[in-house]
Amino acid sequence: MNGTAHAVSLDRDRSLLYVLREELGLTGTKYGCGEGECGACKVLLDGVAVRACKTPIGEAVGHSVTTIEGLATGDRLHPVQQAFVDASAFQCGFCIPGMIIATVSLLAQNPRPDEAEIRAALDGNLCRCCGYVRILEAVRMASALSPGRGPRGATR
Amino acid sequence: MTGATPTVPFDRLSPTERPYFDRLGGGLVAVVAPQAPGPSGWGRGGPPHGGAWVHLGEDGKARAFTGKADVGQGTRTALALLVAEELRLPLAAVELTMGDTDVCPWDMGTFGSRSMPDAAQHLRRAGAAARAALVDLAAHALGIVPDRVELADGTARSRGPGPARSMTYGDLVKGIRRVEVASPSTEPLPPAEWQRAGHPSPSLGGFEIVTGARKYTSDLHPPGMLYGKVLFPPSYGAKLVRVDLARARAMGGVTAVHEGEFVGVAAPNMFLARAALGSVDAVWEPSPQPSDKNIVPYLRAHPAEGEDFWDVVHHETGDVAAALASAPVSLAATYTTAYIAHVPMETHAVLAAWDAPGRLTVWMGGQTPFRARDALSDALGLPPSNVHVVIPPTGSGFGGKHASELAVGAALLAKAAGQPVRITLSREEEFAHAYFRPMAVIDLRSGAEKDGTITAWQFQDWNAGAAAARIPYRVANQKIGNQPVASPLPQGSYRALAATANNFARESHIDELAARFGADPVDYRLRHLADERLAAVLRAVAERAGWKAPRGRAGRRKPTGEGRGIAVGLEKEGRVATFAEVRVRDDRRLEVARIVTGFECGAIVHPANLKSQIEGGTIMALGGALFESIRFEEGRILNPRLSQYRVPRFRDVPPIEVVLLDRPDLPSQGGGETPLIAVAPAIANAIFDATGRRLRSLPLVPDGTVP
Repeated sequence: MNGTAHAVSLDRDRSLLYVLREELGLTGTKYGCGEGECGACKVLLDGVAVRACKTPIGEAVGHSVTTIEGLATGDRLHPVQQAFVDASAFQCGFCIPGMIIATVSLLAQNPRPDEAEIRAALDGNLCRCCGYVRILEAVRMASALSPGRGPRGATR
Repeated sequence: MTGATPTVPFDRLSPTERPYFDRLGGGLVAVVAPQAPGPSGWGRGGPPHGGAWVHLGEDGKARAFTGKADVGQGTRTALALLVAEELRLPLAAVELTMGDTDVCPWDMGTFGSRSMPDAAQHLRRAGAAARAALVDLAAHALGIVPDRVELADGTARSRGPGPARSMTYGDLVKGIRRVEVASPSTEPLPPAEWQRAGHPSPSLGGFEIVTGARKYTSDLHPPGMLYGKVLFPPSYGAKLVRVDLARARAMGGVTAVHEGEFVGVAAPNMFLARAALGSVDAVWEPSPQPSDKNIVPYLRAHPAEGEDFWDVVHHETGDVAAALASAPVSLAATYTTAYIAHVPMETHAVLAAWDAPGRLTVWMGGQTPFRARDALSDALGLPPSNVHVVIPPTGSGFGGKHASELAVGAALLAKAAGQPVRITLSREEEFAHAYFRPMAVIDLRSGAEKDGTITAWQFQDWNAGAAAARIPYRVANQKIGNQPVASPLPQGSYRALAATANNFARESHIDELAARFGADPVDYRLRHLADERLAAVLRAVAERAGWKAPRGRAGRRKPTGEGRGIAVGLEKEGRVATFAEVRVRDDRRLEVARIVTGFECGAIVHPANLKSQIEGGTIMALGGALFESIRFEEGRILNPRLSQYRVPRFRDVPPIEVVLLDRPDLPSQGGGETPLIAVAPAIANAIFDATGRRLRSLPLVPDGTVP
């Protein structure tokens, strides 16, 4: 979990979201719907965005999980986080961790997505303030800054 | 988050009695007193409200206080910018406390787009009073006349002849405890002199948001906290006949409470809390309820006295009946809008903790901290000074977070358990047990001369509310009214609720009249518009959109499947015009191809945030215009999940162009609501242009296709 091994004693069917928020206190990952419709709970599982509310903890055992708390290095933000700050791409901010995780996952697989690819990758993430226009700007900025490296440093 | 606890909340003390310095240390305080509400309008009959205060400390930083909350609309940055402006301080040197009932001025709640016209003006005046006091302090300290004092970036300097001298604000207020009450003559800086406000600025709070560090109410977890669950009725109107909590109480660690209308449980983990709720034996008696299938006649058959919340409008000029009878051309049509849900990203969340017997603190995602404090005080029999309500960062509201019942429930559970209790609603509970935007039915009849001049306007709205029922057009004979209804679903505030419904009806109908006369919809509006500012917004949008008159008489030319529509709106002192371009495909699927929205709300404070509010409001309005609708039967919601209730996603976002009209000569007004109200009629008008079909019910295309 964010580079540290954790031992938890739990039913394997418990959701990853529950373990993150309630057992490990990692509350940056949000509950929005519990049925995989809103994307607020997205985390990276081995570098790929998954919905933590629909991921049983058993599926994460032995794998690398990165949450929104694990992206920055101290005060140095991940380029995608920095792009969201630079674009002021947030209103209430509740959906933003999931948006950033989805963007990191997208750019790791496709560092230069076109408009349709960005929208397709983020379509499972809801923003009810409907700040979609500025979020799209942030993703474009992040893509322009992206060296084409994934979260684990794999060059594509 | 809370710091030292004052013995009496500040709003219960006069502005000169409050222990400002015990709380924040020495320095300078400038305060704007709360205002007694007028005989009509917002807050009538209530206590003095509003006001603001600013503390300038020995560290040179300003702390400002307002009773409003920012649940995502961006007022925190805009209000802080205005305080920074008045004090000539960098934005980073201003910290704003919002919606904390111990230290903020009493406020009715964050609704009605009042943060800019009310809170902003109070904070500006508090800042202006502090600036005047700083000039006075600097003149004495520097030994110069006040006219020679120049304030900039937290430092006072002498200007003009003689050696230049300077002192920081922190040094100027060192060792003093001075309270300035703003006088009626205290004047904030005119927007034309703004150096920070009105100019590009980042939004505050970004670092915490993008790192996941920001703590919303649903993220709070003090030691010993229990998870609370509420027993909700299985259907609206169901009465609790009998309830037995014995099985729940027999479960280890479970607390169960039945007090008044409230039944709930609390447990050390959410699974046990769910199990405990499931073990409650409850017998309910349902009552007959209508379904969405027969709702229009039901509403017409259930008129009600207006509740306090609903403003009622009855406006009459001239003689509508006679004008309708004699008009050579007349039109009559009925328009409807559906119940829709707010769907805030963060569901309702509230945490209650008893600091000591008889002293309660409640953290809640919400828009009405003082109303919640008063409700808690009433329900628990506590003096208001023993209830402290705090609004942490909140995952949006849109008018949906005005209620206090959950706070009372959490407080009752926490009291019984002797431990803090947090209730966070599930998404399904949020849909089924919050409240909705009211459904509206609007009957409209109009009459016109043969040349198209509108002579009669009879507008009757059922259940929408009064906002934007009045018309911005010149019509000699008008009768405008709204009728509150005993709604079968719980209903309440929503972003631009009544204005959306009333504007949809009016702007659709104006378009129908224009089409009847073969007139250009822009020209036809301009010919009747009585408001020059609104006309300016309409012209600006028509120009940006490249508006051209429809080819031939819109209703008679052969529809091409491509259409353009336009609509205007004037509400809460904001002026909006929206242009929409649509395509209707061969399979009848509707595509919104382009939107241009123009908006004018006086002097612009934070341009990027205003643009974002307009873009976001436009997209949110697309949901209600095109597909959002709560379905219900026998008192139950049939689509209480995000997989069943569709809200706008990235795929629904058309190209949106925003035209901002800045008026530094006019007071700043809110921008969170009015930008929504012309979207639905602009699209309906564009669909008519594209197909010849006039759609008069929202949502326009529930399944995505034009009928």
